[in-house]
Amino acid sequence: MLGEATATGTRLRARYSKTGKVRFTSHRDVVRMWERALRRSGLPVAWSEGYSPRPLLSFGHALPTGAESFAEYLDIRLAPGLATVPGTRTPAQDLRVELAQRLTALLPEGVDVHAIAPLPVGSGSLQQEVSSCSWKLEVHGLASEELTSRVERLLAAPTALIERERKGRITSDDLRPAVLALTVTACAEDGLTGGPTTHLGRAWLEAEVATRPRGVRPRELVEVLGPGTKLSRAWRLQQWIERDGTRREPLAICGQEVGTAATRAERRAS
Amino acid sequence: MVPVETPTFEPSAPEPAARASAQSLWSRVEALLPDVQKPARYVGGEEGARSPVHGEGRVAWLLCYPDTYEIGLPNQGLQILYELLNDRDDALAERSYAPWVDMESAMRADGVPLFSVENHLPARAFDVLAFNVSAELVYTNVLNMIDLAGLPVRSSSRDPGDPLVVAGGHCVFNPEPLADFVDAFVVGEGEEVVGEVNELLAAHLPTRSASDREDLLHALARIPGVYVPSLFLPCYEDGRLVALEPLPGVPAVVEKRTVADLGQWPYPRRQLVPITEVVHDRLNVEVFRGCTRGCRFCQAGMITRPVRERPADQVRTMVEEGLCRTGYEEVALTSLSTADYSGIEQLVRDVIGDPRHEGRVSVSLPSLRVDAFTVGTAAEIQRVRRTGLTFAPEGGTWRMRKVINKLISEEDLYSAVDAAFSQGWRRVKLYFLIGLPTERDEDVIAIAELGARCVEIGRRYHRAVTVVASVGGFVPKPQTPFQWASQDTAEELCRKIALIRGAARGVRGLTIRWHDPEASVAEGIASRGDRRVGAVVERVWRAGGTFQEWSEQFDLGLWDDALAAEGLTLGDVVHRSRDRDECLPWGHISAGLHPDFLWGDWLEALEGGAVEDCRWTPCYDCGACTGFGLEHVVASPRPPAGGSQGTGQDLEHGGRVPVHLVGARR
Repeated sequence: MLGEATATGTRLRARYSKTGKVRFTSHRDVVRMWERALRRSGLPVAWSEGYSPRPLLSFGHALPTGAESFAEYLDIRLAPGLATVPGTRTPAQDLRVELAQRLTALLPEGVDVHAIAPLPVGSGSLQQEVSSCSWKLEVHGLASEELTSRVERLLAAPTALIERERKGRITSDDLRPAVLALTVTACAEDGLTGGPTTHLGRAWLEAEVATRPRGVRPRELVEVLGPGTKLSRAWRLQQWIERDGTRREPLAICGQEVGTAATRAERRAS
Repeated sequence: MVPVETPTFEPSAPEPAARASAQSLWSRVEALLPDVQKPARYVGGEEGARSPVHGEGRVAWLLCYPDTYEIGLPNQGLQILYELLNDRDDALAERSYAPWVDMESAMRADGVPLFSVENHLPARAFDVLAFNVSAELVYTNVLNMIDLAGLPVRSSSRDPGDPLVVAGGHCVFNPEPLADFVDAFVVGEGEEVVGEVNELLAAHLPTRSASDREDLLHALARIPGVYVPSLFLPCYEDGRLVALEPLPGVPAVVEKRTVADLGQWPYPRRQLVPITEVVHDRLNVEVFRGCTRGCRFCQAGMITRPVRERPADQVRTMVEEGLCRTGYEEVALTSLSTADYSGIEQLVRDVIGDPRHEGRVSVSLPSLRVDAFTVGTAAEIQRVRRTGLTFAPEGGTWRMRKVINKLISEEDLYSAVDAAFSQGWRRVKLYFLIGLPTERDEDVIAIAELGARCVEIGRRYHRAVTVVASVGGFVPKPQTPFQWASQDTAEELCRKIALIRGAARGVRGLTIRWHDPEASVAEGIASRGDRRVGAVVERVWRAGGTFQEWSEQFDLGLWDDALAAEGLTLGDVVHRSRDRDECLPWGHISAGLHPDFLWGDWLEALEGGAVEDCRWTPCYDCGACTGFGLEHVVASPRPPAGGSQGTGQDLEHGGRVPVHLVGARR
């Protein structure tokens, strides 16, 4: 499948994590590091036409600067008419595991490719298809009881308004419809020590938030919990595509193709 | 002396008993990063970065760039030293950049000292803090970084056990404004001398007594190219510097260092590829050093002579290996005037046409010279994508350009601009200087006229074209023929900018941009100041004046106040022309240029006399070659296409404007 001759070129979907120091890079930085890694890989990536050609890469919902993730995705369009990866005699489909390892070696430390696989023709884009994300959030500043009751109040409330400055104007957004789930999973009353800074009342939340009508940033989610609590770290655990009442990941970590037996079995069960 | 008005920074970390045992500050740095802008500035992680192991027998260098990470990371000089030191068995090097103001205040609040971006070690864990100083307005940042390291800013207040503070870069051709803060300056190119300095430091490391520090400084001063300011004593009379006396046994003149053969130094071999956006985010390959065009305002051109080209095959190898290793799709062929490189068109064609690049690699040529820029080069460059195109005529009239010896005829400029627009560019940028010696208002107004004619040329090819004329205020620089010139006041520069804007009003497609005249004044203070300006720099820093290169941080008021407090005036330091007998603060630093040559060239400039590029014409005996026993290393006996700096041109008629260009103007 990989590099198979088609009129428009195969699309590959890669799943990768972003952890550690590299989490402080921006989404734009991640785009650039992928462009460089792909050029070094020799993978025959298709390029856009026009005044300033770019490689045809399509990223999913941007990860905020500073957040870590175990489930980032990227779609790569390959140049049409290629059955093997240039420079090798290997049939392209055998290179999948090796390719993930090779890309990992070409990407900065902390960006690890866990799976890469061709997409079936006609698959939608990540931006279109991903409907929600699961997050783990580390917060501090509130005792566990207070935090738990604020979470309950948020879930019980019909609206959760947040003010945002956009192009110099203050607008008000309701985040409540996007909060699909929110639970306090653990607390550590002893606090987090980091030099002289001590974060009292450390706790961990798990959340699932919708991507539409607009994405909710972890920082905003913590902000609607009210004053006194602060986000210290965030991990995107999963991104979900919901269709026909079931949800699945855009690409399973074992490297199976999208729409494999496991997914079909799930669909039958539902 | 300077009263200490604000408390200096005391990092909360306990001082390490031994440098090698210092602990990483990463967890404390990490805790600060969620709340600062661009946190990736502080994490390192570049492709090509080293994480050296500290230990006995290895001199630990912290290479410091006194501006933000995104400005400092691409600096090639720093990257070359980084590799050379880390490749040695007796040295190691990490890097540090000036934290932006938000990070600085977070660090100070939390007691986090200046750290390296590789191992996040505190600056005090290093034996040497080595600063690259490429611009005068970063001087306050140098002081700030020394302070953030937890060291007294003045050398005389530091202990023998403290890290040594050294500095290099173009600005140290007048080291005096930093003389009170820096233990030793290294003048000129660093490839060879860094090893000599390291060997000396390695021998002195085991003992750290006061007497040993004295011995070390004297030994450093005996290395050619090294200037130890505490071994030179300034004398003042009637408010003027009259002498800078070396102590007994100290060489009276410090000659810059120059590597004879660039081909022996194919560095950086592993250019750092950052994980976040920086300026010049591309592969950079230096194709030659030095410039003999002799533009009289240009310090870089004067202090880097003679011309030494890198062999073309080595350039090709460095480009190929560099692109393959980094994944960049753009390579810059760097030098002071890349279009002058022998065989530049073939080189560009080879790089762009290399089938391995699949037509994806673009080449940028910084500092294009219009007289050597041809349609051929323009066509080669634009095959992939049109990188920005900038020409620097510098002066508005031929008379002005002869004074500054930038011998670009209007025909050359127009044909270069014509080449660019005919090849599809829609936007061309032109650089000019104002406030030049002998300048008249007509020279200034001519800038707008030149720009307007370039717009007309562009209109022949496209309906909507833009010409941006960028205007900077001239700051006389040490070691140039203009080192004796007076600098315009901010008011005068503002008046001239208004003249240009007035003349450009109503010309559709012509945009005038200008550099803040007040920043030029502050740059003038630091450029030609003597050692007393150090106290001014310190006051500006203590008043919070860091990042003076950045318009949002710049404040001339801080400089005015500091000058007044030190009993100095702008009139004396900046806006005054010097005479031949004056003791120049940088007189003991030699870039190889004979003072007689510089003075003669200054007189020639005042008379509007031009000199040709000496690569292809007889020698003017400036001293740069003979003093070092070198010759210009140029592959071609003939100037590149289009001629160069007056060679083969009729210098009397350069200002003649082609008749067909003087058309109807609105």
